[in-house]
Amino acid sequence: MTDKPHNNLFTPGHTACAGCGQALAIQHVTKALDKDVVVVNATGCSEVYSSKYGESAWGLPWVHSLFENAAAVATGVLAALRARGDATTKVVAQGGDGATFDIGIGLLSGMWERGDNILYICYDNEAYMNTGVQASGATLTNTNTTTTPPGKASTGNTKIKKDMLAIALAHGLKYVATATSAYPQDIQNKVKKALATPGPSYLQILTPCVPGWGYEPNLTIELAKLAVQTGLYPIVEFENGVLTNKMKVPAPRPIEEYLKPQKRFKHLLDNEKELAIIRQIAQNNIKKYELGK
Amino acid sequence: MTVQKCYNFFMKKILEGSRAIALTIKMCRPKVISAYPITPQTHIVEDLAKFKADDDADYDFINTESEFAAASVVLGGAIGGVRVYTATSSQGLFLMTEVIFNIAGQRMPVVMTCANRAISAPINIWNDQQDAVTIRDSGWIMLYAENNQEAIDLHIQAYKIAEATHLPVMINVDGFVLTHTYENIDLPDQKQVDAFLPAYKLIKDFYIDPQNPRTFGYFATPTTYMEQRQELHDDLIKSQIVISQTAKKFEQQFKRPQSDGLVEYIGKGNEDVILVAMGSVVGTIKEVIKLKSLPRATSSKARGSRGVGILKIKTFRPFPDSGVIKYLKRAKYIGVVDKSISLGTEGILATDIKRALVGQTKAKIQSFIVGLGGKDITPSVIEQIIKDVKTKNTDVKFVYP
Repeated sequence: MTDKPHNNLFTPGHTACAGCGQALAIQHVTKALDKDVVVVNATGCSEVYSSKYGESAWGLPWVHSLFENAAAVATGVLAALRARGDATTKVVAQGGDGATFDIGIGLLSGMWERGDNILYICYDNEAYMNTGVQASGATLTNTNTTTTPPGKASTGNTKIKKDMLAIALAHGLKYVATATSAYPQDIQNKVKKALATPGPSYLQILTPCVPGWGYEPNLTIELAKLAVQTGLYPIVEFENGVLTNKMKVPAPRPIEEYLKPQKRFKHLLDNEKELAIIRQIAQNNIKKYELGK
Repeated sequence: MTVQKCYNFFMKKILEGSRAIALTIKMCRPKVISAYPITPQTHIVEDLAKFKADDDADYDFINTESEFAAASVVLGGAIGGVRVYTATSSQGLFLMTEVIFNIAGQRMPVVMTCANRAISAPINIWNDQQDAVTIRDSGWIMLYAENNQEAIDLHIQAYKIAEATHLPVMINVDGFVLTHTYENIDLPDQKQVDAFLPAYKLIKDFYIDPQNPRTFGYFATPTTYMEQRQELHDDLIKSQIVISQTAKKFEQQFKRPQSDGLVEYIGKGNEDVILVAMGSVVGTIKEVIKLKSLPRATSSKARGSRGVGILKIKTFRPFPDSGVIKYLKRAKYIGVVDKSISLGTEGILATDIKRALVGQTKAKIQSFIVGLGGKDITPSVIEQIIKDVKTKNTDVKFVYP
């Protein structure tokens, strides 16, 4: 596979951490975009490291308002473009898992309900990383975050990861898919496919976070692969509500391979009972999406 | 009766306030309207929805799932480069608060009606002015209508002001008292509105253009943040010039009584007692002190009064300090009539008046709170204020009918 380093739509020189899985994913997303795309960004790491006044990394029209309203701002932007007679410029809204699973879910639901022709991309790093690694609705059970610390009376996050794909599908979206930072071509293909699908689309990308997950920066790609290969983060694609594509996991890797390099799971490694809960999540995913076949 | 007066007479229509506002908004030709229901603002957006359904309007009418989204949609629309409109009240405005500040910070010319209503708790749908005054620090231009004629006139001016200053404008109309009341209104026609408010002009770098990609809503560090906030403040203060010019131009074209768009003094000019107020309560005070037919303070034809003048605040933000000083500095007793309160202090307008008058007067200034949650403001309430303001007591006073 040959790939250009970048296309000037999201340029290097932003201030993301070394090894940032999200900046990498954004790079791949923008490679799939033409210049006639507006990006509407929620508050979060990506907004902070890419939009500093006078030093924007964006070569596309880029709009940020608040944490929870990227979907609604995107609706307004799209309506304005169409009112101006611009029938072709596309709108992509994006945010992290906090913006998507939690604080912005109402506005996202509203946008999906309106049926606006907008691709919403969630960069899912499974916690509020920008504010210092607090648990979100996307955090895995038993994860150590700063608001779900393990201790004598706790093994970390007590809640289950919210099923955003099911929520998206329940809105009747014609295109719903997942990806991870490990597979650039997959991200690009899915962005193109989503943008070619009329109406709202949802793409959720697992983006490893070096400080939030607590791993060495050289492991970003490896972890983004292991998340899939263990069954913990299925790569799936739904078209018209039907599962049409998936990355198969015929021989799942042991979850320990994924958990061990990450400080957020360190407290679990000697706790077979709690490890079993994570193992069960992977097995459930494999069963649910029939990843073994 | 002159020909022009005769013409105006026959143009007048008896309209509900909300309908008059909706008809006016349609003539201002916004391209994106967002809506979320909250009483007493609902009639305005319902009418706008019906115009669209009847193919009598070319805006995009977008229903949202919350006021937070409604405000966000018009922000997106404005950044997208078109004229926009939304309306809200009370809790809806409070839910919008984060977006309200953001819209001003992004310098987007959003125009919004706030049908003023009490806030919870206890929950209450009736009129007072607690909602909008609570977000007075947001950077919006805030205009107040005394009656429905002013309400529609201010909406047309609002777009002109917003687009000239790159500042959002909120037109405040007292819920129910104005929004649900039928009044005789001189409603301009489309041609007149078009002549005053030409098509929206796109300004380079201030809207989304794929040929000229810009970053909107960027992140500012301590190096530049404070400078940009000061610029917003300075521009808000400077917008008084545009507000006055716009009022003058409007009043000339639409044959309205002249004002500076900021304050209006009702009285002879030598009154010892002056009541300060904004919104529909000004009309109530006028009735009570029988000043309604009096010419303006500057007129030599002024007839006698009971020695009570009224200072009507038309523009609450930016605060019209110089007009306030001009008309109040010679008074002995100043009663500020608020339909809101900064709990733990006094009426919000009262504090503003005191600040503007520091070092300018030795008058007694007292804060009076009236009409919270739709409490009747009867003639006796106003009479009581006129009586109390002349006593030595300076405590904030809640006045009941």
